[in-house]
Amino acid sequence: MPATVQSFIAQGAQMFFVLAIAPAVTGITRKVKARLMRRRGPSIFQPYRDLLKLVRKESVLAPNATWFFRSAPYMIFAFTWVAAALVPTLASGLMFNWAADVVALVALIGAARALLALAAMDAGTAFGGIGSSREMMIASLAEPASLLVALTIAFAAGTTRLPEVAQFLISQPIEIRVSFALAFVALVIVAMAENARIPVDNPATHLELTMVHEAMVLEYSGRHLAMIEAAGHLKLTLYISLIICLFLPFGMAPFDGSAAAWAIGIGTYLAKLVLAAVALGVWEVSIAKMRVFRMSEFLGGAFIFAFLAILLEFLSREVQR
Amino acid sequence: MTNAYDIAHFLAGMMLVCSFTLLYQDRILAVLNTFAVQAIMLSLAVAWQGYVRNAPDLFITAAMAFGLKGIIIPVALNRMVEKLGIKRDVDQVVNVGVAMFLGLGLTSLALLLVLKVTPGAASFTREGLALALAIILLGFLQMILRRNAVTQIVGFMSIENGLILAATGARGMPLVVEVSVAFSVLIALFVFAVFLFRIRERFDSVDVESLDKVRAARAHR
Repeated sequence: MPATVQSFIAQGAQMFFVLAIAPAVTGITRKVKARLMRRRGPSIFQPYRDLLKLVRKESVLAPNATWFFRSAPYMIFAFTWVAAALVPTLASGLMFNWAADVVALVALIGAARALLALAAMDAGTAFGGIGSSREMMIASLAEPASLLVALTIAFAAGTTRLPEVAQFLISQPIEIRVSFALAFVALVIVAMAENARIPVDNPATHLELTMVHEAMVLEYSGRHLAMIEAAGHLKLTLYISLIICLFLPFGMAPFDGSAAAWAIGIGTYLAKLVLAAVALGVWEVSIAKMRVFRMSEFLGGAFIFAFLAILLEFLSREVQR
Repeated sequence: MTNAYDIAHFLAGMMLVCSFTLLYQDRILAVLNTFAVQAIMLSLAVAWQGYVRNAPDLFITAAMAFGLKGIIIPVALNRMVEKLGIKRDVDQVVNVGVAMFLGLGLTSLALLLVLKVTPGAASFTREGLALALAIILLGFLQMILRRNAVTQIVGFMSIENGLILAATGARGMPLVVEVSVAFSVLIALFVFAVFLFRIRERFDSVDVESLDKVRAARAHR
């Protein structure tokens, strides 16, 4: 079998793998949260059932909703899926490696977010507007931090392409890198903000004081809501995979590796994913939601961490030369 | 010896992070705790230098940094805060975001400056000097941006942390000087304490802005 065909198949496998496991990641986090609150909690497969139910239901549209409102969910889902499929999870050296650029990922996620914010205002309700404005505020604070994290990694590895970064990090001896630790903290904060997790947003409530993400998707129902929900699950998986790929890439298989290497790749990836989902659940239970006006300080902290990371990386490189 | 450098870099880098945390925190007790963490990081950094360079006198410096600044001074400041009854939030002259950006600017300035002026020096020295200068400038910034006298004292003490880091990075200063500096800092703490209680007796607060009013009143007289 020629190498291109093989890498095409590997890429496709990774794409559908990510899509298949994304709801389970959310399910695990919810289950962990429920257990820690001494509730039994729904099964970790509940998100799949919810998606199925939503797809079967009729979708209700506001009378003044335009074509944009109807097509946005599919575009959001597509952008997020492409982004999630580009992050190397199981193996590196895939077909679309050249596109798996951190900057491109940030752009894809940003495009999905812009579509969501626009669609939220389309129906003309007050909630959509407030959700969009808050989402844009958070995005404007989180995006510089995530780009700085990307630059830090690129500075160390000499490239912004994720598979190459992962390969570089695997080949390095294990060191204490304070800049990577800071970049890690910054990226985790950004991931929490982008995925509407607890210190920034609580998607489990419908409380108008705090809603960000939920306020934007209130008008959606049926299959459109299913698309948005699936995009949300994918985004969480995407960010966890990104963190894994940048900071814990060990165990990843090359695409032309043996079956054993692929098994190790799948096993370690799943283990890391479950660990991250459980850690997220524990974290969310142990802290309180922040006020919207404190957000700038919280995300400003991420920006500071990312900036310090790049400064320290620069310093250690200059000094050691 | 790449690992030796990495650990030194890590400890000094954590001190810099602590400096930023000092600027970021808006609770007085959190500021004191962060200061204690910074001092402990300093003592670890100095001890690591002593171990790497085989210089046993640095262990004494490390022990002094740990004992005096990691334990005694934070505890003393804690007691003062309790006696003064100022556990509430402390306010800054500018908001946190602006303070952070000023801090980032100063840090970048310090790193670029030191890297420019020390091209031939050993990597430990350059690294120590660059981060120490950044910590010193951030300490100054902390003193400038805070209104509360206790947090200004913490700024002063963190400047001293930076100085010790610079001194150990640059092949160490003589132990006698080191000891005398450490004790003068301790004495400075007592002086600060006396001043603090006097200021508070006079104005019922330790906000140094009230001093400005006195000066204005005197000028008008």
